[in-house]
This record gives sequence, C-alpha cells and structure tokens, in this order.
Amino acid sequence: MTIEVTMPQMGADMVEGTLVRWLKQVGDTVRRGDVIAEIETDKATVELEAFESGTILKLVAHEGDIVPVGDVIAILGEPSESAPEVARKPVPPPAKREIEPEVKAAAQKPEAVPAGRAEPAEREPEAEDGRIRVSPVARKIAQEAGIDIRGLRGSGPDGRILRRDVEAAIAARGAGAAAAAPEPPAPAARPLAAPAPALGEVAELGKMRRAIAHRMTLSKQTQPHYYLTLDIDMTDALEFRAQLNAGLPEGQKVTINDLIVKACAIALERHPKFNAAYSEDGLRMHERVNICIGIALEEGLIAPAVLDCQGKSLGRIAQETKDLVERARAGKLTAAEYGEGTFTITNLGAYGVETLIGIINPPQAAILGVGAVMPKAVVRDGEVVVRQVMKVALSADHRVTDGVEGAGFLAEVRGVLEQPARLVL
Amino acid sequence: MAIMRMRDALREALREEMLRDERIFLMGEDIGLYGGSYAVTKGLLEEFGEERVRDTPIAESAIVGIGIGAAMGGLHPMVEIMTINFSFLALDQIVNNAAKLLHMSNGQINVPLVIRMASGGGSQLAATHSHSLEGLYAHFPGLKVVCPSTPADAKGLLKRAFRDQNTVVFIEHTANYGLRGEVPDDPDFLVEFGVANVMREGTDVTIVGYSGSVHQAVRAAQMLEEQEEISAEVIDLRTLRPLDIETVVRSVKKTNRAVIVEDAWRFGGFGGELAAQVMERAFDWLDAPVARVACKDVPLPYNRNLEFHALPSEEDVVEAVLGMFKE
Amino acid sequence: MTTDIQHDLMRELGAERLGLFLYQMVLIRQFEERCGELYTKGKIRGFLHLYTGQEACAVGSINCLEERDKVLTHYRDHGHALARGVDPNGVMAELFGKATGVAGGRGGSMHLYDVEKGFLGGYAIVAAHLPLAVGLGVAAQMKGEDFVTLCIFGEGSVGEGEFHEALNMSVLWNTPTVFFCENNLYGMGVPFKASLSTEVPKLAAAYNMPAVSVDGMDVLAVYGATREAVAHARAGKGPYFIEAMTYRYRGHSMADPELYRLKEEVEEAKRRDCIERLKGQMMAAGMLDEEGFAEVEARARAVVEEAVEFAERSPQPALDTLFDHLYKE
Repeated sequence: MTIEVTMPQMGADMVEGTLVRWLKQVGDTVRRGDVIAEIETDKATVELEAFESGTILKLVAHEGDIVPVGDVIAILGEPSESAPEVARKPVPPPAKREIEPEVKAAAQKPEAVPAGRAEPAEREPEAEDGRIRVSPVARKIAQEAGIDIRGLRGSGPDGRILRRDVEAAIAARGAGAAAAAPEPPAPAARPLAAPAPALGEVAELGKMRRAIAHRMTLSKQTQPHYYLTLDIDMTDALEFRAQLNAGLPEGQKVTINDLIVKACAIALERHPKFNAAYSEDGLRMHERVNICIGIALEEGLIAPAVLDCQGKSLGRIAQETKDLVERARAGKLTAAEYGEGTFTITNLGAYGVETLIGIINPPQAAILGVGAVMPKAVVRDGEVVVRQVMKVALSADHRVTDGVEGAGFLAEVRGVLEQPARLVL
Repeated sequence: MAIMRMRDALREALREEMLRDERIFLMGEDIGLYGGSYAVTKGLLEEFGEERVRDTPIAESAIVGIGIGAAMGGLHPMVEIMTINFSFLALDQIVNNAAKLLHMSNGQINVPLVIRMASGGGSQLAATHSHSLEGLYAHFPGLKVVCPSTPADAKGLLKRAFRDQNTVVFIEHTANYGLRGEVPDDPDFLVEFGVANVMREGTDVTIVGYSGSVHQAVRAAQMLEEQEEISAEVIDLRTLRPLDIETVVRSVKKTNRAVIVEDAWRFGGFGGELAAQVMERAFDWLDAPVARVACKDVPLPYNRNLEFHALPSEEDVVEAVLGMFKE
Repeated sequence: MTTDIQHDLMRELGAERLGLFLYQMVLIRQFEERCGELYTKGKIRGFLHLYTGQEACAVGSINCLEERDKVLTHYRDHGHALARGVDPNGVMAELFGKATGVAGGRGGSMHLYDVEKGFLGGYAIVAAHLPLAVGLGVAAQMKGEDFVTLCIFGEGSVGEGEFHEALNMSVLWNTPTVFFCENNLYGMGVPFKASLSTEVPKLAAAYNMPAVSVDGMDVLAVYGATREAVAHARAGKGPYFIEAMTYRYRGHSMADPELYRLKEEVEEAKRRDCIERLKGQMMAAGMLDEEGFAEVEARARAVVEEAVEFAERSPQPALDTLFDHLYKE
C-alpha cells in the first residue's frame, strides 16, 4: 500500500508552501523522522520529516513548485510497488470562513440569549401607538411633495413606507398642478370603478381625486397665493415659430408651449426665487430648473417635469418635451420626472380658455396659467391693430416672493416671447 | 430607610455581605489602615480583621489576578482598584482571565469576583486620572458591568454583585460618593442587574444616562420643563451588561426622541452602541436622529475651565434636546 | 550518573512508581510527536507548542502532588495535563476542536482544563497565571484547607511584571504556592541570557523565597526538589521556587524555523534525554529490560492511537452551543 506525503501545515496561517529542495530521490529508502525535503513557508524555510518509513516511489512536486497545504508531494511505498497517478491541483483561492455543512445542518435549536446580549430586533406587525412606519427619506419626500403618508401602503418590512412607495404615490397623483383641469379620468392602474353612482348618492373618491384634493387643500391652506395677469403679444413669436418649423421635419416641430417653457426657463434663471421652495429653515433655492407641463393621457392628466431646462436650447427642450410625452404615454417616466419639478406651466389654451389662474403645486413657489392665443384689437403706435394675444396668469407663493417680484418675472417672460430671437440666443 | 451618602451605602453593602457570607474578603491598595482612598472601606479592617480586609502592594495586575485565583479556589473576593485609571495595569487579568475562563473552560471554572473602581473626570486630576471606562469594560462578553448613580442603587447593586457567580466590574463615579439619598436598611435589599431605572417620567424626549451622567440628565430635564415646556423622561441604565434595552426602547417609542449622555469620549463610546440598538429596535418610532452628549474627544486637561468645557454639561443636554425640536 | 541520593530515591519510589514516570514521559513524547504530524496534516490548527524534550519537568513535578492539589501551567501544556492524569482522549479531542475535548473545543492546545483533576488550566498570556496561583493559595488559607498550588511557567515569564508582583505577594501572604520555572533557554527565539540580567533563582531569593535550580532533564532531580517544595508549602512555610533547566527539542511552535540555535545544540541536549536517562537508571537497577521498555512504548502508542481515533470520530461542537457558559447562573 502506498503512502502519500503531503505539503505540511507548518503554522496557523499557512495555506501553501514552496518545495525548495528534495533531500531524497526516487528509489531512496526513508525512515520515520528522516528529513526528506525543505519547505519554504511565508515565514521561513523548514525541514519536512517523514512520518512513515518506506521507499520513495515518486516525487509529485518539483523543486520550486508552490503547493497548497494538504496536496500530495511524494509517494512512499514498497520498492516493488508502482506509484499511482496523482493530479496536481491548482492553488486554491484564499480560504473563506465557511462552516462545515454537516455542523451547520445540525444547528436547529434557537440560539440561547445570555445576559448582556441584544436580542434580535423585535418586529411588531402593528405600531401599537398608531404610529406609521415610514423611513426618514420617504417621510421627507412625502412632506416636500405634500403627500399624506396616512393614505399610503408601505411595501417595506412590516409595512414600512419606503421611498419607492412615496414616489409611486407622487406618480399616481398625476398632474397636481392640474387643479384647474377637468376631473382626470381614473388611471389605468386602478381597477375599473363601478358604474357612475346614481344621483343623490355619495360617489367614492378615486385615488387620484383624493391626492388632488389633498394637495390642493394643502396648497391653499399653507401657501398664501397672489395672482398677476398679463397679456403677451404672441404675433412675432408665432411668426418666429412658423419660420423655425418651415425647415424642420414633422416630429421635430416646435409648439407654442415649447416657446413658453423656454421663455420661463430663461425667466426662472434670472428670477431664481420662482424656482425655489419655502421651508421653515429657509428658501430652498433649486439648482435645477425642472419645469412641469401638463400632458393629457387617456387615463388622466399628469404633469411630469422637463428636467434641467436651464441652459437648454429651444430645440432641445422641444425634443425632450416630445420624448417626455411619448414616455408618459408609454408609462416610462422616471421618478425624478414625477417628483422633482420646481415650477409648473398649466396650459388650457387648446380648450379655448382665455384666463387660467392655477393653484401652486406644493412645494413649488409658483405656477403659470396659460390661456389661448386669440386675435385681439390692440393699440399700437396710436393705431388699432389686430395682434395675436395670449393671457397668462402667475400664481405665486407670497411667503417666497412679493407682487413686484412677480411682475418682474412676468415681464421677463413677456419680453422673451415678444422678442422671440431671445429664445435662441 | 436612612439618609446616607453613597460611600456609606457602599460600605453598608460590604459590611452586610461580609457578615452574611464568610467567603467574601476585600483586597486593595489602602483599603485597610488608610480606610480606602474614597473612604468606602473605612472601619472594615477594625471590624473584620486583616485576613478579610487586606492591604496590598501597588500591583494592580496581581491584585486582580489573586482575586481571580481566590475565586477559583472557592472564595468570593472583592478587589478594589483605587481608581479606574489604574485598571489599565490589570486589564489583561480582567479581560483574559476573569471574562473568559468560564467560556474557555467549557463551564468548568467560574470567577465570582467583584472588582470595584472609582471612575470619572471633573476633579482637575488631568488626563491620566480622569477616565470613564464603563463602556470599555462593557465591550467584553463574560463581564458584568455595573455603574450606580444613587446611594440606594449603590447598595442594592453591590449586594447583588456578591450574589453573582461571575465577575462584576463595579464602577463608582467619584462625583457620586458624597451624594445623599434614602437607602433601605433591609439586609435583603437587592437591585437586580439589567433593570434600568426610570428616574423621571416624560413624554417628549428620552434622556439616557449612567453613572455620573444621570445627574446631568435629571438637571437637564428640570431645565427643559421649566424653561422650554419640554417633558423629558430620564433613564438610568444602572448596568451596561446586562443592558436593559427594553426600557429604553419602550420609552423611545413613547417620546420618539432619544439623547444619550455619558462622561466617556464620544468616539467609539457606549453611547454609539446604545444609539445603534435604539435605531435597530425603534427605527420607526424616531422623529429625530439619536443624539449623543459626551466628553469631547480630547484628554481631559487640568485647567478647570478647559476640563469643564470638554466634559458634558446639563446645558449641552438641553441644547441637544432643543436641536430635536427645532422646526 | 546516578547519585547516592537518587539511588535512595529510586529505592523509595520502587519499580512501579518509576515505571509510571517512564510511561508518562514516553506517552507525552509520543503524544507530542503525533500532534506534530497531525498538525502538518491540518487536523490540529491554531498554535501548537510541543513539549518534546521537557517531559521530566511535568512528570517529576506533578507526581509530587496529592489529588486535592492544583496545577496551573503555561500554554505548552499537553505534557502537564497528561502527567496530571487528564484523559488523553479528551486532550486530543480538544486539539481537534471537538465537542468531547476537555474544553469542549473552545480552548484548543493552549487552553486545556480539567477541574476534577485539579488541572486548572493552560494559560496563554505569559505570566498571567502566576497571580492566580497566589490567589488559590489565599483560598486554601482562608478556607483552612491544605491544598498546594503548583504553578508552572517558562523562564520567559520572569521579565513580566506579574511574575514579580506574584512572587512578592506570595511571600508577603505566605501562600502555599510552588513556583516551577521550566527554563528551556529560549523565550521563543531569544536566549534567556539575553533577556535576563541575573539568574532566575536569584529573583526568587530577592523576595525572600527559598529557591533551587535543578536538572530538568532528570526526572528524579525534579521529583526530589518538588517534593521538598510541596512539603514546605503544605506545612504553612510559604511559597517555594524551583528552576528546572530543560530543553525543548522542537521549535517554539510549528512555524518556528529555529534560526536562533544550531542543530548541534539540539543534538547535544538529546544526549541528556530524560527518557533515555530514566530507562538507563532503571535498567542499571534491574527494574527494567529492553522488552519491558518496548512494552511501555507499545502501551503509550496504543493510548495515543486510541486518542487520535477518539478525536477523529468525535462530533464537532453544535453551533447552538456557541453561547453556552458565557455567564454562570
């Protein structure tokens, strides 16, 4: 019977050794206790003794080889025997702290909990004091977006409301700024409601209706609004747009709303307090200009934001808005587009509405209501002429700005739209 | 009930326990003829004699080691480390022998030993003599760590320590020695380990302290009530191992805010452990991050003003609480 | 080679008792050599310090003790456990980390315990057990018991403060403690002459403790000295100090390349081998022949093989016992 000589463990942290030198050769007889090789560990060169007597039948490892602890390096036996084939294994990766499977499997009794050792965190299904489980970040986002967390269902452990739950609620809320918009139809995600209730009964509030009710109430209760209206002569802007679109293929054309978004972006950069949010700690002056626009979908009206309008060209804004609309229809908006708007434009011009006075979408500082562009008789240089006129109304948070600042902001918007070349400067 | 100072309450505990159990004896530097550096053992030499009240050489490691050996031999020794600052010299005995023998011998050897130490800064003794190491000892599984804040607790906890089959590190804040309070004279009066004491009930914030810092917590709670109309609950942990986290968590679930006060350094201190456990167990009940009021991370200087500036004060506690209520 | 005093001692001890000493030394030698082999095969892990060469110290000293006496020792502790009669199966199983080990697999090579046998442990922090031995002496005194504590340590301990603290207090309090220093000449790789400015017994003498130095390769010399020391301590005369000059044949631990000494020095020490010496003495006295010695070796081999087999087939400690014995109720 042959005997395997293996790379020895020569220290608590040794995982491999280098075979420096064989002191015996094939055919040599060794006695227990004889030094047969020199092994180099990380720390030192040590002598390897034979623990059995016999004749060396084979030297598996060669001088200079690095061999994992426990691997066969030589075969001893009777001179008449032949050595079996031994495959050299590759050096294993660093050992992992692994518990032997059978020991692990045997562990069934629950761990004893001795004095001084913390028990695993307890998990009550319900908060006994009616407190709502909500993560700090979710609470913060909900607060900023004016979402009432009491209406939410948490998807985290034990029903904890997480960031994703609040973001979903913000998305479901749809066009918060569409306060003046018609009642949005029920979102597709919601199961089809029962047939319209009969008159004289109480109609159940949908999730979106609830969200709008809550947010608009919050806005009107906490944000003292002031309102400024202004006529903007859009004649040149329409001409400008027509020229632009003349050279553009279908699908890249610029809309009136694009012009207004761009004009607002310019005005917001010059009047950053309209791109801010009020808090007790102070005004949060947003770096990003994220302008929300209403998009009518089959299932309802939502108001996602065109992100980072600051510095973006009109063409880029037009393109991104188009993309935003397409993705909104495909249900592929991002959380930021849902939840990180900083200013809103609400436009019912297409419905022929002349003046739209919006309710601010909290925690934003202002909303611009846009009416239809209509031909109007105006006095120009002492003469009555017909011009294309659009009424805009600014609703602004009086805690953030005063009327005179609002007037400045509106004048800026008008200035840009009445000198449309500024839209592409 | 008698009104007595904490040092007298501790002495009463030692007396009563020595009368009850003859296996108990005392060892330490200057505990006999001198009467104890903080006069805790005053008069015990006269009452119990030299065999049971032993003055030792200045050799902290051997004092604790001999205590461990005597405990292994069937006695229940109390060794006094004059101040906690000298316990560094005995750290190996405490950590490698007292705390580990039971587990490492697979239950064969237990070490019923009481190690008393005087702790804390604030006495202008400068950096080497002003340590607060309760949290350090609480770090080691196998030890029990007790740190009373009132005379009654001092007596009941010390008596309880002699009923324990394990090593109890019993830490006394020097600022508390002169503290007066009612102390039960019942010889069977014990204060159980692992049961925190709600010193003061409140609804708005939970202030947790131990050892000397409990009193800052209580004074801060009074200031908050009188000046800010904030109702603070104050919890004295009494023992850090075993730790009564239940009482703390229950309180935090009520108040939704927690402030931890300790004399030890903030960095890596016991307060961090406590904050983590509160976070793990009361996360959904917190209205604010857990606040820590602790010693500034600097060796304590001799100069009175500098030392007081480094140590936590009740004003610091008030400020920490107000920070949580800022809108 | 054999002095008159030793002749008297051999006569007094008789063939049976001397045979036990011889057997124990052979058992320890074979046990340790087997441990070395098992370590290279990864069966024994952690640190392994072999006692090979020093057997006479453990066997000569521990056999002076009564059942009620206590032994505390250093981390090169297999030999002491075996000499004290601790079950070799339990020792080997401990080295394998098995549940049946003397410390349930929690201690390993450096931390063996058997309280029932009065074997109060191997201590892996140099000199940390010296104060404990004094404390056990205090316990004996206060409880009115006459057990003696034998405290075994290496000469590397004498640089530690606890060595001096313990010796001093032991004399001050007159405890029944026998301090037994196994001087194997090297604290890991540092020759003791490079780490001590005087001689070991002088340190004890400085604390007014009686101290002797004996040939630790001679089991009879060790026995004779320790017997006197134990009697001294038991009689209430206080502590006693023995230095036994010995030699370890193996490295400090398995990882030791032994760069600090010459092979010739090791070979020289082996010529004073304690087993060969007692074997020769017993043969000269007509108490043993080659056949008898072969029988001793075979018996020891069988015990070691049984221990290995026992350790091999013993179960691993269950994971749910992790927190056992953290605190005693």
